[in-house]
Amino acid sequence: MCGIAGLFLKNRALEPELGALYTPMLTAMTGRGPDSAGFAVYGDEVPEDWVKLTLQHADPDFPWEEIAEGLERDLDVPVKWFRNADVAVLKTGAGEAAVRSWLEDRQPGIEVMSVGRGIEILKGVGLPGEIAERYGLARMQGSHVVGHTRMATESAVDLAGSHPFSTGRDLCLVHNGSLSNHNRLRDSLERRGLSFATYNDSEVAAGYLTWRLAEGADLQEALETALTDLDGFYTFTVGTRDGFAVLRDPIACKPAVLAETGDYVAMASEYQALAHLPGIEAGEVWEPEPGRVYAWHR
Amino acid sequence: MSEQHKRPGMRESASFDRDVIAEIQRAADTGIYDIRGFGAKRAVPHFDDLLFLGASMSRYPLEGYRERCATDVTLGTRYASQPLELDIPVTIAGMSFGSLSAQAKEALGRGASVVGTSTTTGDGGMTAEERGQSDKLVYQYLPSRYGMNPDDLRKADAIEVVLGQGAKPGGGGMLMGQKISDRVAEMRTLPKGVDQRSACRHPDWTGPDDLAIKIEELREITGGEKPIYIKIGATRTYYDVKLAVKAGADVVVLDGMQGGTAATQEVFIEHVGIPLLSALPQAVQALQELDMHRKVQLVVSGGIRSGADVAKAMALGADAVSIGTAALIALGCNHPRWEAEYRTLGTAAGFYDDYHEGRDPAGISTQDPALARRLDPEAGGRRLANYLRVLTMEAQTLARACGKSHLRNLEPQDLVALNVEAAAMARVPLAGTGWVPGVGA
Amino acid sequence: MKTISLAETPVRELNRQLQEQAAHFREPDWRITDPGGRHALAVGLDAPLNVTIDGHVGYYCAGMNQQAHVTINGMAGVGVAENMMSGSVRVRGNASQSAGATAHGGLLVVEGDASARCGIAMKGVDIVVGGSVGHLSAFMGQAGRLVVCGDAGEALGDSLYEVDIYVRGSVRSLGADCEEKSMGPEHRAALAELLEAAGMDHDPAGFRRYGSARALYNFRVDNAFAGYGEEEIES
Repeated sequence: MCGIAGLFLKNRALEPELGALYTPMLTAMTGRGPDSAGFAVYGDEVPEDWVKLTLQHADPDFPWEEIAEGLERDLDVPVKWFRNADVAVLKTGAGEAAVRSWLEDRQPGIEVMSVGRGIEILKGVGLPGEIAERYGLARMQGSHVVGHTRMATESAVDLAGSHPFSTGRDLCLVHNGSLSNHNRLRDSLERRGLSFATYNDSEVAAGYLTWRLAEGADLQEALETALTDLDGFYTFTVGTRDGFAVLRDPIACKPAVLAETGDYVAMASEYQALAHLPGIEAGEVWEPEPGRVYAWHR
Repeated sequence: MSEQHKRPGMRESASFDRDVIAEIQRAADTGIYDIRGFGAKRAVPHFDDLLFLGASMSRYPLEGYRERCATDVTLGTRYASQPLELDIPVTIAGMSFGSLSAQAKEALGRGASVVGTSTTTGDGGMTAEERGQSDKLVYQYLPSRYGMNPDDLRKADAIEVVLGQGAKPGGGGMLMGQKISDRVAEMRTLPKGVDQRSACRHPDWTGPDDLAIKIEELREITGGEKPIYIKIGATRTYYDVKLAVKAGADVVVLDGMQGGTAATQEVFIEHVGIPLLSALPQAVQALQELDMHRKVQLVVSGGIRSGADVAKAMALGADAVSIGTAALIALGCNHPRWEAEYRTLGTAAGFYDDYHEGRDPAGISTQDPALARRLDPEAGGRRLANYLRVLTMEAQTLARACGKSHLRNLEPQDLVALNVEAAAMARVPLAGTGWVPGVGA
Repeated sequence: MKTISLAETPVRELNRQLQEQAAHFREPDWRITDPGGRHALAVGLDAPLNVTIDGHVGYYCAGMNQQAHVTINGMAGVGVAENMMSGSVRVRGNASQSAGATAHGGLLVVEGDASARCGIAMKGVDIVVGGSVGHLSAFMGQAGRLVVCGDAGEALGDSLYEVDIYVRGSVRSLGADCEEKSMGPEHRAALAELLEAAGMDHDPAGFRRYGSARALYNFRVDNAFAGYGEEEIES
């Protein structure tokens, strides 16, 4: 039960303003989700043979420099990193699996929030305005951003239950609604080797997409089969490396508004999150139809 | 000695007993699920499984007549500029004009007003009779919105947004054609005599995030004066209460599975929802975790029958209780004076539950003018007022025995449980032990 | 004419001033600027006001309206004119889901499209949509008239009691117990009147009429699975 807001820039000249345009979108959804907030911002891409990870640790003064040095030394790879509040964004020429296993062996308190070339997932417990402020969202640059404000329904109010949920490399999902068959689905995905950090229904939806993509489906196909495999009420917004997608369940009670101009595509649970965007009054504004996958790429 | 012992060789199946067989035969004959009124008839852990620890040496009791034990409660102190002040913590639950006769609604209003408590409309709008006779009237805001209009909304003393009922959480209302009289049809904008099917979800919001906006609208329309209640059927109570608070409730109304209904599927009544005893501590825990216990008031219903039930519900953390079925019985429902007529309907006094058929001999759950005339609203009101006074005096008796000068000072520590099930659900120790199942070691 | 900017005035203050006109009617014409998608604007009015809102509005705009004439120069969020009793509401852009939900009277005009559940549980209101309506429109409709100048989505008029539905374009599917009805001269006249009131100049002859088959009025087991589609009944 939550608010969603996403912004996908078509006009590259706006990229320096992504965070400034997006921050009011996220904070406009505060009423729908006062418990926690988060966003996945896409930009600052690393080369194809590199990987970018967003790492989080409960200790705000965590010595990330030791992690960077250790990785560089043990894996013999170049590492670049910077700190942003309680997270570190780490870029390296090593493979994802090698980095993950190195981290698990040496630093169990580190949470991997996202992995990919462009994605950075930043989230936390608190009001959306506080989370945006903590990570300096308004100053961020990039091509697109997908975010969420949460009113927790049946799982805990904590970092693990906050959205966006990472669904694989450069992929993330946010959800407004309530699934009704996620426990059985979680069991069956666990038998297929996936692991889950929470009892959150949205994490199961994210895991489902991860599994379908690993099976070889493309995003469109994965979302289409989600329509039969996921029961309940949902509006999903999914971020990919170079695009984003929106899907509502066939009953479509949970709200969603899409807007498109020559400069951007924007999506939110309510229009008020879009009201300040430049040129919105002249843009095309509509509600996504039930059971239909909407996707944009650049 | 049981019947089967008298008839050697005949053994009744425990799985397919005579009731089960009769129901299968009935389903095959009619092709429709069994519909009835009243609440759950199966035995479930209840307040009867709890006992008070009266004062003796370590605690001091209060004298019955001389020493005061106050009963007042204020509902809606969180946001409303005009909270509802009640003299007793026993209110009348929502029951519609349509399911009940106009006379019955009037009698409820008269009885409640005499003792300084509130009544509640139902799924059918507000009648002039009940507004006129109820000093304090709670207006239900339901998925069907039958008879919903802003004038009545402004006339109400509080607004109760109904998400569900203990008898049928997740289900909508029913009113059968026999009861859709001209007046009921007009109030609900329905063709006369149709089987009305009420929706199970509200038409213009779904979920707590959208409910928060709906509550904002209701407050805007009524200038923020009136308390907004949110009524839920007991199921995933811990989460639902938290969400009701987040959505902006002034008061949470929690209805357990024993709660009555005018009409729904028997399978719903007996198989959906949880007993009030198990839901109430969850609700209190949710409120406490949000630091909202006593700030957002908790009203509970579903099987409240006596002052002992009232006192036990309050000891577990409720601010007030609500009664429905018990109030109808006080008016005369299932009274032995109609025994001969119950027999002609194939039932007996004490068993009548076919409220949906509208042939209630006591004239309460009917729209038949001749039957409805049998209930004198003034006499019915007096009976209800008597009963409400007894409930209050009984609760005070128990509270005084525990040394309380106000009913709200009853605590869970004043209670013990008679059996493990009740101890686990109510989160109080098994009598004579310090053991609360599921808590601590 | 009184102008109020919501960039400066809180919603509560705007509604208080508008609602006050019910008791002390002094100012008939109001213009509201900078709505910014805010919720519950111009709700609970009860006076013959002319209220114009310049921009897009959030949920429940003009909710429970009585007498007032509210024009939204923009898009309307969920439940515009919900439970309206009288007066009129005009949306110049598109309307979100549940437009005119449970409304008892008055006229709701949506010049653009209305999305899902337009006129859900309507109880006497007249609704005219210039564009198309989404799925489950007029679901459980009890009374009133719904005119759709464009197309209708799935399950139009599902579980209908008594609503006259007129559609000019295509209907993706009819809901349970909704059927096409004959179009007599009295229906054409009624439709012409509605179109004129809404300011739409379509020829009534181009519309088809739908209404309740009344098979669900009283329970019959053979109707219990109506509208689910054959595959699902058999499975």
